[in-house]
Amino acid sequence: MDSNVLCKCREDSEEQKKYDEIRNIIDLYRGKEGCLIQVLHAAQKIYGYLPLELQRFIADALNIPFSEVSGVVSFYSFFSVKPRGEHTIRVCLGTACYVRGGKKLVEHIQKTLDVELGGTTSDGKFTFEVARCIGACGLAPAIMIDDVVYKQMTPTKLDSLLAKFYERGGEK
Amino acid sequence: MLNLTINGKAVTAPEGSTILEAAKYNHIKIPTLCHLDNIHSIGSCRICVVEVEGARTLQAACITKAVDGMVIETNSERVQKARKVLYELLMSDHNDDCLNCKRNTTCELQELGKMLGVEQSRFEGEQSSSPLDVSVSITRDLSKCVLCRRCITVCNEIQGVGILNAQNRGFETVIGPGMDLPLGSVNCSFCGQCTVVCPVGALKETSSVEKVWAAINDKSKRVVVQVAPAIRVAIGEEFGLPAGTRVTGKLASALSYLGFDDIFDTNWAADLTIIEEGTEFLNRVKNALTGRKSVLPMITSCSPGWIKFIEHTFPDQVAHLSTCKSPHMMMGAVVKSYYAAKLGIRPEDMFVVSIMPCTAKKSEIVRSEMKNNGVPNVDAVLTCRELADMIKEAGIDFVNLPDREFDVPLGMSSGAADIFGITGGVMEAALRTVYELVTGRELPFDKLHVTPIVGLERIKEATIKIENPLEQYSYLDGLEVKVAVTSGLKGARILMEQIARGESPYHFIEVMGCPGGCITGGGQPRSADPEVREKRLKNLYDEDESKTIRKSHENPYIISFYKEFLGEPNSHLAHELLHTHYVKRGKYNEHTTETFVLDVPKPEKRSIRTVKAAEPQEMPETVKVRSREELESVTILNLEAENKRLKRELEDTLETVDILKRVIADYVQQGK
Repeated sequence: MDSNVLCKCREDSEEQKKYDEIRNIIDLYRGKEGCLIQVLHAAQKIYGYLPLELQRFIADALNIPFSEVSGVVSFYSFFSVKPRGEHTIRVCLGTACYVRGGKKLVEHIQKTLDVELGGTTSDGKFTFEVARCIGACGLAPAIMIDDVVYKQMTPTKLDSLLAKFYERGGEK
Repeated sequence: MLNLTINGKAVTAPEGSTILEAAKYNHIKIPTLCHLDNIHSIGSCRICVVEVEGARTLQAACITKAVDGMVIETNSERVQKARKVLYELLMSDHNDDCLNCKRNTTCELQELGKMLGVEQSRFEGEQSSSPLDVSVSITRDLSKCVLCRRCITVCNEIQGVGILNAQNRGFETVIGPGMDLPLGSVNCSFCGQCTVVCPVGALKETSSVEKVWAAINDKSKRVVVQVAPAIRVAIGEEFGLPAGTRVTGKLASALSYLGFDDIFDTNWAADLTIIEEGTEFLNRVKNALTGRKSVLPMITSCSPGWIKFIEHTFPDQVAHLSTCKSPHMMMGAVVKSYYAAKLGIRPEDMFVVSIMPCTAKKSEIVRSEMKNNGVPNVDAVLTCRELADMIKEAGIDFVNLPDREFDVPLGMSSGAADIFGITGGVMEAALRTVYELVTGRELPFDKLHVTPIVGLERIKEATIKIENPLEQYSYLDGLEVKVAVTSGLKGARILMEQIARGESPYHFIEVMGCPGGCITGGGQPRSADPEVREKRLKNLYDEDESKTIRKSHENPYIISFYKEFLGEPNSHLAHELLHTHYVKRGKYNEHTTETFVLDVPKPEKRSIRTVKAAEPQEMPETVKVRSREELESVTILNLEAENKRLKRELEDTLETVDILKRVIADYVQQGK
């Protein structure tokens, strides 16, 4: 199993470092039944997403068929095969948030960030998704950026919130 | 034994049976779709549901173990209704273009619908859409896939290659190689075992039937056909004959009736292969014993599925492969050189068709190595199933055909060639010749069968000691030749890993890509007989024993061919025509750019209606009048409908205004 032949794209050391880190994690799990999902989780955390090359790398390192790896990756919506932004915005479109303006927020984000639903901004800052009820109906319309819920959002409030992310990479 | 009650009758069944097995044991048929006896039982299609007393829900009979005292209803009203609904739901997302489907009348889904008495389809909804994936060997049409996952089991568990697996989720689920990659671009060996188990038209060989008809109908072409050994004990099944029936003579007749110009036998080339491969083996052993460079064990190269597998999976070990082309490629090369010269025809004007039990052979013929002077050795490969279709299409009454011989010179063969179609057969054929060549004596086995390597086990081995060889082979005296035989890619992987670790004790290995060998290749008839492998195997050994000449080197047409044309085995000309080299592909094709994806343009539909519209005809007056009336009545109906809709909208708006008025009133009151 010569994984170096696999990836000619890993010339820069940043990339190589990530692969080494993933390799270390795989070494911890190797031989354990049903470890694929954990490995994929860790790999996505390190690499940001799970491109074809990385899926093949994981398949070879775990000695399982590639089609099995891609089968699991494509089954769970948490896994992404496309690059993800630094932050993930999820606009809630559950019933409460929807009627209180969630849809307007979606349109607003699409316009101001110039990003399609499910896509990532060209500067790689945000990945934009919608959620079906995040359980914060009392705070409608709610959005999530990464793990934080923001309540009663309006386009204006959203603009200043996003500006903060651009200023210092977060609100905290 | 278990005591059960099935459909009100007290019955018994062996311990450990599933409900399905228990019912079958008592001659009660429970319909199934995804289930494959002893191979695949996951209970995903739910068609086999039965009612079990005490159980809240219906149980899938194929995966539920029968328990002593169980009371089972296999055909109650509840069961019947459930099965029908399940079936109709399956059909609601099935491309039911049955009349144009290759599997029409041989489709298990169709048969099931008939058995369940389904005569309507009540569910209509979204249809999943998947583009057709056409490779040189195998075509995937996922619009027909029923997600039974038999192909996954065969690909992963039996062959151990794992090309096919379920991708995505829910309604979007498809079976494929992942990341939407086409089959022709990945490390699929094209063994075609998935096409054998597919119950519907989702996985099948990529058809070459039209191409072959076109060649037959092209009067400027000399169309030569050849038949692999395993076809003669299988094709009869397509015409209702029992599994394994020997139909060699009828097969040759049918080919002649179809209009082929020369009816040759790949068997002849199998004899040729033995001479070339046997000589190559002796040279490799000689080199190894005399300290020269040599790669051992040598592995057979007749099975193109196996070849593609090793090129992808063990690219660094391809030097172990014999350089011999597979027999039908040798035949093609000989037809377009030796035979073309005999007839005085240009190789370009010859068209060679191979009837093969194999889907991988379809990809073998397009490889760039399989050409001489720019002319492909073989022009088209038909699977056994495709040939049967052509025979049916031509209206030939196969079962009642008279027997016919193959044509000379390339149709005469020894018994050794027949057994090329069975696991262990190539090795046995090679040993019959090599042993006799070296010692001057016949191979010391009863009826010449090397018993340790006969049978359907995954890996078989034998040791043959060479004693008192002829003088020119004295260096072999006392050598214990160790051979191994495997069929199926799982066994091949085990032997290859041993080689890669440098621990292989063998001199010579035979590998066939499909479990059991070519008799159950990916292009063979789909059989419902559980003993089909044993039956085809036995009959092919019978075919061997029925011949007077049973050793390749005694085939008179092989002897004369060397005298007339090639000179010596492994001669320069032999190398040019009959030997090849291999491509290091790698698991992800990282060492090559060659793929086997076919870009097939969608056939243009000719609409009968537009043709009519192109030439307008004067309509009779009455028709005109009526159609104007109809037009007017349609307009009125439309206006009425619009009116109704507007009225409803108005009502809705008034209601909303009413609610809003009340809300405002509330607020006003609160404000006060």
